Parts: sequence; structure tokens; C-alpha cells
Amino acid sequence: MEAQVQVQSRAAQSSVPLLAVEDLHVRFETSRGVVRAVEGVSYTVNRGEVVAVVGESGCGKSVSALTIMRLLAKTGRVTHGRIMLEGRNLLELSEDDMRAVRGHEISMIFQEPMTSLNPVLSIGAQIMEPLLIHLKMTEEEARARALELMQQVGITDGERRLSQYPHQLSGGMRQRVMIAIGLACKPKLIIADEPTTALDVTIQAQILELMKNLSRELGIALVIITHNLGIVARYADRVNVMYAANIIEKGSADDIFLQPAHPYTNGLMRSVPRLDEPRGTKLQTIEGLPPDLRMPPEGCRFAARCPHKLEKCLKPIELIDLGKGHEARCHRVDEIMSGALKVEFPSGPAVTSQAHIGDKPILEVTNLKKYFGVKAAGAGIFSNEMATVRAVDDVSFAIAPGETLGLVGESGCGKTTVGRVVLRLDEATGGTIKFSGTDVTHHSGREMRGVRRKIQVIFQDPYSSLNPRMTIGEIIAEPLKVYGIVPDKKARAARVGELLTQVGLFPYMAERYPHELSGGQRQRVGIARALALEPELIVCDEPVSALDVSIQGQVINLLEDLQTRLGLTFLFIAHDLAVVRHISDRVAVMYLGRIMELADRDEIYKRPLHPYTKALLDAAPIPDPRIERARAPRALRGEIPSPLTPPSGCVFHTRCPIALDVCKQKVPEARDMSKGHLVACHRAEEIQRGEVLQGA
Amino acid sequence: MANAATTMSVNAAVTLPKRPNPILTFIRQQPMGAVSFVVIFIMMFAGLFPQLVAPYDPLGIDFAQILAAPSWDHLFGTDAYGRDILSRIIYGSRTALVIGFSSSLLGSSIGAVLGIASAYFGGRVDNWIQRFVDILLAFPIIVLALVVVAAIRKTVIYGVDVNLIIAIAIPIIPRVARVVRAAALSVSVMPYIDAARAAGYSDSRIIFRHMAPNVVAPFLIMFTAFIAQAILLEASLSFLGLGVTEPTAAWGLMLSGNAADFYREAPWMVIFPGVAISLAVFAFNLFGDSLRDYLDPRFKT
Repeated sequence: MEAQVQVQSRAAQSSVPLLAVEDLHVRFETSRGVVRAVEGVSYTVNRGEVVAVVGESGCGKSVSALTIMRLLAKTGRVTHGRIMLEGRNLLELSEDDMRAVRGHEISMIFQEPMTSLNPVLSIGAQIMEPLLIHLKMTEEEARARALELMQQVGITDGERRLSQYPHQLSGGMRQRVMIAIGLACKPKLIIADEPTTALDVTIQAQILELMKNLSRELGIALVIITHNLGIVARYADRVNVMYAANIIEKGSADDIFLQPAHPYTNGLMRSVPRLDEPRGTKLQTIEGLPPDLRMPPEGCRFAARCPHKLEKCLKPIELIDLGKGHEARCHRVDEIMSGALKVEFPSGPAVTSQAHIGDKPILEVTNLKKYFGVKAAGAGIFSNEMATVRAVDDVSFAIAPGETLGLVGESGCGKTTVGRVVLRLDEATGGTIKFSGTDVTHHSGREMRGVRRKIQVIFQDPYSSLNPRMTIGEIIAEPLKVYGIVPDKKARAARVGELLTQVGLFPYMAERYPHELSGGQRQRVGIARALALEPELIVCDEPVSALDVSIQGQVINLLEDLQTRLGLTFLFIAHDLAVVRHISDRVAVMYLGRIMELADRDEIYKRPLHPYTKALLDAAPIPDPRIERARAPRALRGEIPSPLTPPSGCVFHTRCPIALDVCKQKVPEARDMSKGHLVACHRAEEIQRGEVLQGA
Repeated sequence: MANAATTMSVNAAVTLPKRPNPILTFIRQQPMGAVSFVVIFIMMFAGLFPQLVAPYDPLGIDFAQILAAPSWDHLFGTDAYGRDILSRIIYGSRTALVIGFSSSLLGSSIGAVLGIASAYFGGRVDNWIQRFVDILLAFPIIVLALVVVAAIRKTVIYGVDVNLIIAIAIPIIPRVARVVRAAALSVSVMPYIDAARAAGYSDSRIIFRHMAPNVVAPFLIMFTAFIAQAILLEASLSFLGLGVTEPTAAWGLMLSGNAADFYREAPWMVIFPGVAISLAVFAFNLFGDSLRDYLDPRFKT
């Protein structure tokens, strides 16, 4: 209650907060026991305010939001607490009254814009639906309002869009439609559950900018639920950090980012690679896993993973007030705030010697092309008319032994296809792939066998890259057996144990099945499987993007360690610029099947010479509100064009702020601007001299 | 070594939740499936050890007891030769099970391999296999079985009609191939299959070691459902005089022949074999359904 009084005094415009979640407890009855998903969560949201709820998967952030909307699954039960919306307890409303609240007073935006729109209803019908139901508008009124809403969320050509269906829109457009539906009845509060997680960096910046502006202009309060601390720094007024069903810290964005009190908040921020940190720093990681919510520890829930735990941390703890609405649930918070205790997390063994990078390239890709034939749009069922998707168009690069080349780009830019063609999972349409000096582009299956041992892969999704019907031991032992590397069964089991230890797991885990492990552990198994063949090159296809923030850091550190110890070469494919910068020696930026810029990682992040690279860097969030506020909103306009009909000339000209006529006609050659800094832009010299895009 | 084993088991015990007994879980979640399994079990027992259960010799002719009504001596009555119907049903379950099981296993297995290969190779291979499947699917099940039975020579090995098994298996192949292909298609795009290809494993290894275990659920369901179909088909073929021949005890056969002449006077001659067929088909179908629900992870919490 004390906390509330404080928050209210901060927001003096209104005496009663718009929404007050008070001591909420939610439990799920599952066949494996009672999961206490939310325990004693309280927070308030004032009118027109942006409040963030941050936490890793399973911490209860989404459950608490769904409880506000009373949309919990059948097995979920609120055991205690109140949810007050302007003085009414939402938990006590009848189902009919609640229906009037949903969509009308509170609306919700979900993570996945692909599945949260109904594919068989037109966009217009879906935007108009809440207007017809809640506001009892006539068809014409609703249509007029729908057009107005489309304009508000930045959808041009609204008239035509109204009759389109979700599959005809891009992901970013769909999320705009979701926001338009959310705004339709002028709600007082919008809850956005991971609204930009499924979107690309440049689109994510557009959507967040839009939501923030709308909330300012229309005075709508916004609750953003996310795992990404970076996006919160720029847009949130206040932040609640959740861990294992509790709020462990709350405060203003400045409090949380500049003076984090709880060790977990500290750790979360340090385990994420940042664009503005110096080169060569090793990530600090939070070791271990969150507690099992069926039997959470009695004391501080973070104690088991905390490097500064004491005897007293095993005792229960409540939120401790630090003044001005800043609260934290930690026994040693006074020491941390006074500076007596500096929070440090282990960063694993420090990499003292940089891996030796050879001169002769281990992998050489020259003019690589991969085209896919798809049925042309509008072709009849009997027509064989084909359209060509140029997934990869004229891509060249080389990787030296021991080096890491980062391949970065938005979805659909062809980065994954490059990886698949290098692995020979897909056949190249043109160009050559040389491995250790041998052209392997057209090797037959048998010839490839020897090469395959040397090139391995780590996949993005640790849930689907392991065969669910095989034990961990079988999965790792299989290549050893098939290639006859370790023919003896006993020796094989020993080698499996060794590999598991090498990736930070325990040998006894060999008997388990993939579903018995956590996401991070599975990704480690994927790495162990790749290592089993003692490869020279590993293609890492988004190896950390499906993992939680604290786990990401662990896996990145592991990959770096293995590289130095085993002299591995990585082709590291990812969409996260900060991660790529952290791990790579050189970085290649791809857009619509082409490499736009390729340079040393510091060079490319400090002196980007391609407008697209600049735009990507501008859109990437930095978890520091001071820096974020200083950055001008420079969201890249427009959507990525379809690779079916790529723009003529430079593929980026449709979104480029400095495009000239020549860009529309001539494909720019990649030119070496300085010491291997390759740029494919007609105006690279002007950018280098600072004549255009100054200060960007 | 012993030391290592104990620490291993201790570690496993600490972190591994105890797995619930799958049989008990099945009974709790699928009571009808459990009941149908009991029926199947009784049938299997009768088929395996008929001499322990059957009160009479199924082939023993007793002219003093022709067309006897059900009584304490003959629970299900006797037929036109005075043979005990209960004993013939018990011995008939062996015929039904052997032919039902083996033809369904044969058909489903070939179908599954074709389906997985179709999904894995794609392109031209897929196209050829699927057109072949289309041709087979164009015939009704019974017609196709009749054609095959008529085309191949009667071969009996250890008292089992091999030609009948093949004739029943062939119409099963395309149906299983279709279903398994659909399931295998979604498996074939999983990253773990890419991982296996990237490791350079042979096609047959990927198909049998990596894909097949992941389509085992639809396979099992199709397999059990087609046992019922096969039993029915065997009865139909025998009824038509193309299957098992006299004097072997077979349910379909018991419905045909002179049963057709006497069913007014001695309805037990057709009622009891009919009930046996229905019960067996019903049990296998129900068991297949429960197995599907049990294996489908969406039904688990």
C-alpha cells in the first residue's frame, strides 16, 4: 500500500491510478503439480503512462497480463489479490461485464501478428468488429472510423487495405492492424505482450515509435510486456522486473537502468552484448536456471544463482523501499545502493590469447546464387508459370581459419539460405563454394561425406533440432559411430561424457531425452553434437535467438571459449547486431539476397559506409535511457520489398534516404574503401567523406 | 566404476522427476481403450491356446447333435455337421488374428516406408510413388483384394494362407502411405533432419533411424485400425468362398455355406460368428482410437 501512495504522489495528475494490480497470486493445476506462476505481484499504471514488465520466459509476466484481461487458461486460478480498474475489481465482474471491458476499456496486442489475426476475415471486418459490437456503430460509421484508424497507425492506401486479407500483408503491417484494432474503441489501457519480438529491427523501431506516439497523443496507458531490456529503455516511464513469479525490482526507467539495485537486474543488463561497449569484453553471465515454480525456495528466489548470496538470503524477503518509487527485493540492497557492494557476475575463464587466424581462407564463396522457383502469383491451377525468388544473389566472401564471420540482416535477406547452401543442404544455382581449396559446389553425396565431417552446424531452435525419440547420448554418439571415429561402444560412451563436459553439461545427462532438458541445455547438446565430428568450420544459424537473455550470454561465452580452445572457424548467422558484433571478427550485412557491406567489426560499427548498415545500427536498441533519449528517431521507412520482385539497380534504393537516379538503374559493385572494407553503394565515397548522412 | 554409477544414479534421482507408469496412465486416460484391450487380450489368448479353452474339437463331426440349439452342452449350439460353434469361434480367432495381424503389419509397414521415402526424397520420387498410390486407391478395398486373390496362386504355409495375407495387405498399402507421408512431410522439414543430413548420414539411416521413429504414432494407429479392417476383409473373402476353405474354422466361413440355408431354423449358426466379428472389429478400432488420443501430445497436459 505504501508503494502505491508513493507512485500516486509521483503522478500528481490523478489521485487514483488507472489500473492497480494488488497482491496477485495465480496458480496452475497441472498433472505434475501446482505451479505458482504469479505470487504477490503488485503494480500500478497511471493514465497515459508507459509501464514495462520485464522478465525471462516462465517468470509470470504474461500470466499476470492475461489475468488482468481474465483470459487465463482453464487450469489457472487466481487464489488471492485484486485487479482494480478505476475503482472496480475486475476479478469480481460477471463474465458479461468483463466482456464489455475487454476491447473497450482495455485492449490487448499479442506477440505473433501472423496468428492473432483471423486468416479468413478481411482486415476491414476485423477492425470494424469491435466498433460494431462495443460502440454499436452503423456499418458506415464503423467504416469511416476504420479508415481513420488505419491512417493513425500509418497504413497508407487504407481504402484498398480494408478489403485485403492478413496473408496479403507483411508482419509489420499486420502488427499495425493489430494496434488499430486495439485502438478502435479508444481504450484507456493497452496491454502489449511482446509486441515486437516477432518483427525485424527496423520494423520493431517503427512499431514502438508508433505505439509511444499514440499513447502520448491519445492519453492511453500502455503496459509493455517484454524480455528485451533494450526496447524498454527508450519507451518506458516505469519498469517492473519479474523473476520466478515475483516482482524483484520496480522503479522509473532511469532508476532501473542507471542504478539497478537487485543483482538479477544487474546481471540481466550485463549478460546482453551491447553495441556501445568496448571490443573484447567478455559477457558476465548468470549461471544456472530459474527455480522450479512448483516448489519455489522459501528465501530470496534468486539466491541460488546470485554471486553475492549470504546466509540471510535464505530467509524470505519482501520489496524494500529505496525512495521515489524505487523498490527492490534483496537482502543486501543497502550495501548495493551505498556502493559498498559492487555486483559482479562470473564471466567464465578469460580469453587471454586470441585464436590464431590463418591467412589461407578455409571457406571461399564466390558469386553464390540461390534461386527458388515458386508458382507465380495469379497463375491458374493448370498453369506452370513460375516466378523466381532470388534468395541469394551474387554473394562472395571468404573466411580464414580461426576467424568468425558474422552474417547479419533482417528476415528474408537470404542469410540462412547462404548457410544452407554452404552446408550443401540446398544446391547452389550458381557460383562456387571452396572448402580448404577444394571446389565442393557439385560434390556428389559420397564425395561430400569426407567434407561433411569438417563442416558442422548449430541450429536456431533448440526444441526442434534434436530428434525427440533419441536420448542425448544417442544423438551425440551417432556421428562417432557412423564415421567409425570411436568404434568401441564403451569408449564411445566415455567420449560422449567428455563432449558433454566440454559444453558445460554433466555426463549423466546422456540418458535423458531432449524434452527433459531446458532450452539452454538443449542448445549445448546441439553444440556437443556438432563438436563430435571434430569439425573445422561450424555454421551457427541464429544459435542464441531462441534463448532467454541470461542463457544467451552463457551460450555466447561457451562458443567463444570453444573457438579459442579448439581453433574453430565460425560462420555466425544472426539478426541481432549486438550479438554479431560481440562474437565476430568481421561482419557482412545482407539485404535482399546481396551483401551490402563487409568489414572488420569495429570498422563497420564505428564507420558504417552503407546507408542500410547505418539504418540498422540506428534502429537497434541500447539498454540505457540516456543514450536512447539522445538518439533522434530515425526509423527506416517502408517495408522490405518482396524478393519475388526485387527493385531494379541497388535493391535498397526504395528505402534509402539518399538514393539517386543511378541507384535505380545500376547495381552497385562491392568496392574496397579501405583495408578490406567492402561497400556496395554508389555514394560510398560521399558517405566516407561525410558529405551525406552527416552525423548519422 | 561402481562409485561413478552410484553418483550418476544419485544425480539422476535428484533432478529427474519420476516418470508415471505408462500403462496406468493409459488406463486412467483411456478407460474404453483399456476395456477394448481386454477384449483383444482374450481373443489373443484364445487364438494362442485354443485347446485350453475350447470344450470340443472344432472339426469333430457329431451327427447326433446336428443343429442343436444353445444349451449347457453346447453353449453356442452346433452347426449342420454337429460341430460345436463355440469351439469353432475360439479356433477361428486364431485364423482371424494371424491373418489380421500379419496382413495389417505387412501392408502398414510397406505403406509407411513408401510414405516416408516419398516425403523425404520429394520431387520426382514423391510424384511416382503418389501416382502409384492413386492407382491403388482408385479400387474399393474389397475389389482390389478380390483381384489379387484371383491373380495369385493359393499358397499355404504352416496352415496359413499366404496368398490371402498378401491380397489383404495390398489395399492397405496406399492408405497407410498417404497418412504416413503427410506426417513424414512435417518431420522432414525439422532441423534435426537437416542436422542428420549435414552430418552426412546415408539416406536409409535418416529414413529408418531419424524419420521412422517420429511417425510411429500415426503408424501404430493405422496399424491397429487396419487389423480390424483385415479381419473383416478376411471374413468377407471367406464368406465369398475365396478365402480360408473348409473345414478350417474361420468366422467369415461360418457365415457362408450351409449356414445360409439353415439360418431360419438355427439362427445361432450366424449370430455368434457375427457377434465375434463385430466384437473383434469394434475392439481393434476402439483401441486404435484410444492409442491415437494417448499418443497425441496435445491430449497431454
